Amino acid sequence: MESPVEIAQYTAGGVIGVSWLMIALPLLGAAVLLVLGRITDRWGHLLGVAMSLASFVVAVLAFLELVGLPEAQRRQAVFLYEFIPGMADMGLLIDPLSISFALLITGVGSLIHIYSVGYMSHDSDRRRFFAYLNLFVAAMLLLVLADNYVGLFIGWEGVGLASYLLIGFWQFKPSAAVAAKKAFIVNRVGDFGLLVGMFVIWSSFGTFAFADLGAKVGTASQGTITAIGLLLLLGACGKSAQLPLQSWLLDAMEGPTPVSALIHAATMVTAGVYLVVRSGAFFFEPGSPQALAVAIVGAATLLAGAIIGCAKDDIKKGLAGSTMSQIGYMMLGAGLGPAGYAFAIGHLFTHGFFKADLFLGAGSVMHGMNDEVDMRKYGGLRKYMPLTFATFMVGYLAIIGFPLLSGYFTKDGIIETAVHLQPVLGWLAVLGAGITGFYMSRMVFMTFFGEKRWADDAHPHESPSVMTIPLIVLSIGSVFLGGYLILSNRLLLFLSPAVGRPEELPEFHFASVPGLATLGLVAVGAGFAWMRYGRAEVPVLAPRGSFVTAFARRDLYGDALNESLFMRPGQWLTRIAVFLDNRGIDGVVNGLAAGIGGTSGRLRRVQTGFARTYALSILIGAALLTGALLLVGNI
Amino acid sequence: MGETVTFWVLAVVSVGAALGMVFNRKAVYSALMLGGVMLCLAVMYAVQDAPFLAAVQIIVYTGAVMMLFLFVLMLVGVDSSDSLVETLKGQRFWAVIAGVGFATLVILAVGNAVFTPAAGLATATAQGGNVRSVALLIFTKYVFAFEITSALLITAALGAMVLAHRERLTEKATQKVLSRARFRGERPSPLPGPGTYATNNAIDMPALLPDGSVAEDSVNRYIARYDVEHDHLPTDPKLAEAIQHKAEEESK
Amino acid sequence: MTAHYLVLSGLLFAIGAMGVLIRRNAIVVFMCVELMLNACNLAFVTFARQHGNLEGQIIAFFVMVVAAAEVVVGLAIIVTIFRTRRSASVDDANLLKY
Repeated sequence: MESPVEIAQYTAGGVIGVSWLMIALPLLGAAVLLVLGRITDRWGHLLGVAMSLASFVVAVLAFLELVGLPEAQRRQAVFLYEFIPGMADMGLLIDPLSISFALLITGVGSLIHIYSVGYMSHDSDRRRFFAYLNLFVAAMLLLVLADNYVGLFIGWEGVGLASYLLIGFWQFKPSAAVAAKKAFIVNRVGDFGLLVGMFVIWSSFGTFAFADLGAKVGTASQGTITAIGLLLLLGACGKSAQLPLQSWLLDAMEGPTPVSALIHAATMVTAGVYLVVRSGAFFFEPGSPQALAVAIVGAATLLAGAIIGCAKDDIKKGLAGSTMSQIGYMMLGAGLGPAGYAFAIGHLFTHGFFKADLFLGAGSVMHGMNDEVDMRKYGGLRKYMPLTFATFMVGYLAIIGFPLLSGYFTKDGIIETAVHLQPVLGWLAVLGAGITGFYMSRMVFMTFFGEKRWADDAHPHESPSVMTIPLIVLSIGSVFLGGYLILSNRLLLFLSPAVGRPEELPEFHFASVPGLATLGLVAVGAGFAWMRYGRAEVPVLAPRGSFVTAFARRDLYGDALNESLFMRPGQWLTRIAVFLDNRGIDGVVNGLAAGIGGTSGRLRRVQTGFARTYALSILIGAALLTGALLLVGNI
Repeated sequence: MGETVTFWVLAVVSVGAALGMVFNRKAVYSALMLGGVMLCLAVMYAVQDAPFLAAVQIIVYTGAVMMLFLFVLMLVGVDSSDSLVETLKGQRFWAVIAGVGFATLVILAVGNAVFTPAAGLATATAQGGNVRSVALLIFTKYVFAFEITSALLITAALGAMVLAHRERLTEKATQKVLSRARFRGERPSPLPGPGTYATNNAIDMPALLPDGSVAEDSVNRYIARYDVEHDHLPTDPKLAEAIQHKAEEESK
Repeated sequence: MTAHYLVLSGLLFAIGAMGVLIRRNAIVVFMCVELMLNACNLAFVTFARQHGNLEGQIIAFFVMVVAAAEVVVGLAIIVTIFRTRRSASVDDANLLKY
């Protein structure tokens, strides 16, 4: 296997030297919008879009310059300023991995901005919304562009903050406020892992810089590396909604519909994948226990997300379950080492497109159905919103891995590599693909086919072009991106300076055993869905369902598990602490006070007011003192 | 030898007088006993090469301080005497225990100490005798303390005046007011003097009024009580009854 | 010989202390205090002689001065109390208590 190339300091005067503008521009936008406040209400959204687009332009220019360099120089570090003397400098690392992410973030981010201009046009707080979006873009870019873990962590927390603000954007809704809080707290658990992992990195290697870690990582023991890897994995689980920290993602759908969902589907939740891939060269050696843990977490989450997706009647929550599942695929790929990195990142990109497509399509459907999210109240919508239907179908076919579409290449790539390297996990991923075929088909059949089950006041109509044009753009990406990236290993070769590459380049097989099995299972799943939801009548009220359905509807009892494992014991602990505080500590203090008070109350009776009693005690004291002095022999 | 005899005589007298002072019910006797102790101590000072202190002891203590005590005793009531009932529980018992214990301990300490023969003050007072040597020390080495003592004495005098002073709340009665009050009162004339008899003209003999009855007011009630307590009543029953009556009046 | 004086001084001091504890008439209590002071003076004078040092006599002198001042103020207090309470008993002035 081939290692990543050395990181060089950037000295030329090109665009890469000012790549900090990528972060600074949206940050400036957020600052202006938040500080100037209502003054900017009229043009704030335009500023937000402009800043995001400008950032995208810088990213594209930097990308072009990077591609122009010879392969051995494609990792450029840009020093910005001394941040924590002796510990970490603020600097950017422009390499194929980070610039790919930057392109995805600014590109999809800009599309979100444009879409939101239309979607949020009736919201009185649109300006604040764009401020948060800009903040999100800036933080996410800092996360992926920083050349050390400290900068990454700052971006990481910034993303968490922006996510919190966006989920709770409609904070007047209690459910949104609770969901935001939940996302924040669950992310704290993951952040804790990341932070402790950083502590261990510092104490073991004395540096946070990616440039220095490669040389030093060999000095540490295998146990330390494993510990760091598992801690970083915990961080990745929090941000990427992987088991066991998945519970916040489904609730995060409380945010403004398509936009927040896009962030939580296409960009932000991929931060965990980025962290694993970025740290891959240091802490996730292929075949090591921590890499295996990453793969296992990915496989478990892809199944869990798929199962949850099967039972949700809320179209957004169904897509959220699907997001969990797809990120599970990425984590599985990331756990397989350089062989899987390209497929994982590739799936990340294609998923970014087709999931954005699906979410925007869902938003378009909701837009036409008075913000109704229950799929049981849809049905037969294909005639009323043909454009939405068409783009949604493209996204649908891409996600289930229909041959020659984007998802087909990337997902099959992951599955094949997994079957090759970790057969058990690989076949689980195949099973997950089959379930994906079922739940996505269910979604499509319930929404666009069958009888009308609308509410009385629903008047479905096609969305305006400001919303459909991004859909079309994303559909095109959903169709062609996967093939472009995977065939002839374009993405793998592009990324290899940053993450290394395996000895023998994988070859994409159109007719491999796992690939055919996947296709077969997807067909079975889709057929089963047709029988249940396409041909048969879908009841408007959700049937009671079997034990398994209830299990999936309640998110595999994830919340119940968290509640019984952490919340209730925590509450008990709090109650015990309160009890201890009231009775124990206060008791000691009050008891002490009462004891002193009681003793004093009795002792003060000694103060009789009779001068002769006092004189007696003085004389006895003098006598005792004299006796003591005599005893010790001083007189 | 001479000093030994002197010491033992003075020691016995002073301890006896001190005990008498403590255990005598009457304050005046206590004061006299204390004077005795002080005189004994003055002699001891003189014996121990401290003639100046001996003089000061006699002048300041037995002269000034004891006089002050007696004066205040007169002011407060010469005949006030303690009752023998102790009101504080266990006070006497513990006082004796503590006092005896303390004395024992001090005597034990002195008895344990090793005494060289006394150095004497011959060298210390070589420059012109005791008074001159003391004066030299007081006005050189201890002059600051001495000056402070003067401030203390002035403060004490002022304090005593402030404490003893009583604000006058009403106008001072003039002679006119007094005489008017006297004539409005029960007796405009002075009290009758004591009786004068052929066999006895003592101050405790009541006088007789022109009608032959006894004038009770002619005897001081304190004297009457003294007579009753010491069985000095006159033989005449009429007079004796009057004195007893007066004594009862006093004891009310 | 000095030991005798010291023992006498201790005895007189103890007698004075017992008097302070036993007697209730404030004036007698005061006399007992004076007796204690005098016993101390005797010890001072004796030590002066023992050590051949006049300082003992000087301090005895100062004790006398302070005692004189103390008697003046103390007796004034007694007179004041007696004037207001018609009593010279130290037990009657017992309001300052718990």
